[in-house]
Amino acid sequence: MTHALFGQLLVGLINGSFYALLSLGLAIIFGLLNVVNFAHGALYMMGAFAAWMLATYLGVGYWWALLVAPAAVGVVGVAAERLMLRRLYGLDNLYGLLLTFGLALVAEGLFHHAYGNSGFSYPVPEALQGGVNLGFMFLPIYRGWVVVVSIFVCTTAWFVIERTKLGAYLRAGTENPRLLQAFGVNVPLMFTITYGFGVALAAFAGVMAAPVYQVTPLMGSSLVIVVFAVVVIGGMGSIAGSILTGLGVGLIEGLTKFLYPEASSVVVFVLMAIVLLVRPAGLFGRTR
Amino acid sequence: MRGPARLLLVLAALASARGASAADPVSDGVVKIGVLTDMTGFYSDLAGPGSVLAVRMAVADFGGKVLGKPIEVVSADHQNKPDIASNTARKWFDEEKVDAVVDLVNSGTALAVMPVAAEKKRITILSGPATTAITGEKCTAYNVHYTYNNWALANGTGREVVKHGGDTWFFITADYVFGKSLEADTAKVVTESGGKVLGHALHPQSSTDFSSYLLQAQASGAKVIGMANAGADTINTIKQAKEFGVTPKQTLAGLLVFISDVHSLGLDTAKNLYLTTAFYWDLDDATRAWSKKFQSHPDNAKKAMPTMVQAGLYSATTQYLKAIQAAGTDASDAVIAKMKATPVNDFFGKGTIGPDGLFRHDMFLAQVKTPQESKYPWDYYKIVKRIPAAEAFPSVEAQACPLVKK
Repeated sequence: MTHALFGQLLVGLINGSFYALLSLGLAIIFGLLNVVNFAHGALYMMGAFAAWMLATYLGVGYWWALLVAPAAVGVVGVAAERLMLRRLYGLDNLYGLLLTFGLALVAEGLFHHAYGNSGFSYPVPEALQGGVNLGFMFLPIYRGWVVVVSIFVCTTAWFVIERTKLGAYLRAGTENPRLLQAFGVNVPLMFTITYGFGVALAAFAGVMAAPVYQVTPLMGSSLVIVVFAVVVIGGMGSIAGSILTGLGVGLIEGLTKFLYPEASSVVVFVLMAIVLLVRPAGLFGRTR
Repeated sequence: MRGPARLLLVLAALASARGASAADPVSDGVVKIGVLTDMTGFYSDLAGPGSVLAVRMAVADFGGKVLGKPIEVVSADHQNKPDIASNTARKWFDEEKVDAVVDLVNSGTALAVMPVAAEKKRITILSGPATTAITGEKCTAYNVHYTYNNWALANGTGREVVKHGGDTWFFITADYVFGKSLEADTAKVVTESGGKVLGHALHPQSSTDFSSYLLQAQASGAKVIGMANAGADTINTIKQAKEFGVTPKQTLAGLLVFISDVHSLGLDTAKNLYLTTAFYWDLDDATRAWSKKFQSHPDNAKKAMPTMVQAGLYSATTQYLKAIQAAGTDASDAVIAKMKATPVNDFFGKGTIGPDGLFRHDMFLAQVKTPQESKYPWDYYKIVKRIPAAEAFPSVEAQACPLVKK
């Protein structure tokens, strides 16, 4: 009995790591650009596909893909920001939501057209194959790696934004872009880079997910809804909130799978509803 | 001309027009087949555009005409939603003169369209869906269920795996009508063959993470994990089972696995998996000839080999057109009677369509080859056993279908 509980909690933590990586990107983009990036799931999918394409067409392995795929997808994000998203900054953020949602549908449609729906298998890198028996469950080494990397990346991102001078510029840019520009900082460029970074994080999560899940055009479409719930629970735009909530929601899902499996796919949304009733700004959010 | 005389004239004209159409053996001067399938979702590789292609090939090979009238093929995406499926079918019947709706992959959509078709006296020919209710308690008089059903899948894999020592089972089941029905059918076969079912885990359709269900399966200690799901769900289950070290300690039994799934998983992940299939392209000269034609067809963009759903649909469409030819009309009552009276004998299978609408033919228990055993592209299956039609499908008498006289 306790074995099963620990097992489900660990699996929850692994899923939570993906939630944290994805919601971090969303929170950064929303926090600094005030854009609700609905394309996040599609960008995650593109990251996974980029890894698969690198391996299939160019023979480039997992380790390089971890760097190259996010960079490539990040460039796509930068282009989208420069050409389209930028024009919507002055408007209600509903416009940004609709644009990114449309872009997500287009991207998924294109990949579906080119590669069909069953998708492809991406192998687990050789160094991370196999697993360890923890007594209560068999932990694949790769899944352990996912947790470690995710926590490292999230903490680093949090540190850069909340504790460094660069991060201070970014935060100042959100509060008052005009004033910051008056100090000689190139604010539009900063916004572009921020969006590119958020996109690269999504693609990075995609590469991390490729060896675990089947790489398919629709792999991000169901995930993005849960991740949005995570961001709402954590508080829109709160960096630390989104990371902690990501991991926490994973754990709660795991616990639900142990106690009452049928509720596991809705528990996130129930939680979201309760949090919105009690703290409308989210657990870690500040009312603006 | 005065009022009453004019009315009479109009009535006479109407009557003669009606008379002409009644004398015409083909209603509306065209035989129209509607392929209603999952074009973009999780079943689009195993049915989808390939299903449409199979029907078009069957029509082309038939000469494009029957009883001197053209044959038209239309298609639509039901998005796996029963309401969209039944609304599309209704529109096709009422406004677009569609004579038969085919494929209907996903049992939910099939059960939604069948009563609509029966009400309008139009024919449904099902290749993709699997629930036994289709020719059981939900059967209709205008329906043919062609390629496989849950009973056949459950019996093929369930019985043989128990025979080979896999006598304790745990199910990972898709939480909708198809998955639950497949699990119930297989559990019955397993118990009847002397095995034991230790438990199950239900997952929502199109999940991505199966690790928690696999942990439950692992904890159950069952020798065999039956996957009562399909498409991308099965693919992810198999992939993650390997990752979590479930296989090879426990054996996976695929209850509905398609060649498209094996292709996308790769042999290294899918190797040794048992599955039941109605069709394999590399079975004999006839299957090879047809399948290579399908694969190299210019409309087959991915150059994929046909799945059993697609091959079955080609055969079913040909049978439908032959029945129209033989009956001398496309009137549904005559055509369906002809289809049920005419034995099928082609590359896909030999057998008969029963009064319940179920096509009974041989099925195959196959095992996926290892990468070393596979010698050329798409060389994926070892045929372990040919299951004769009488064993593969439920007998007519055993069906709960009200059309069957007892």
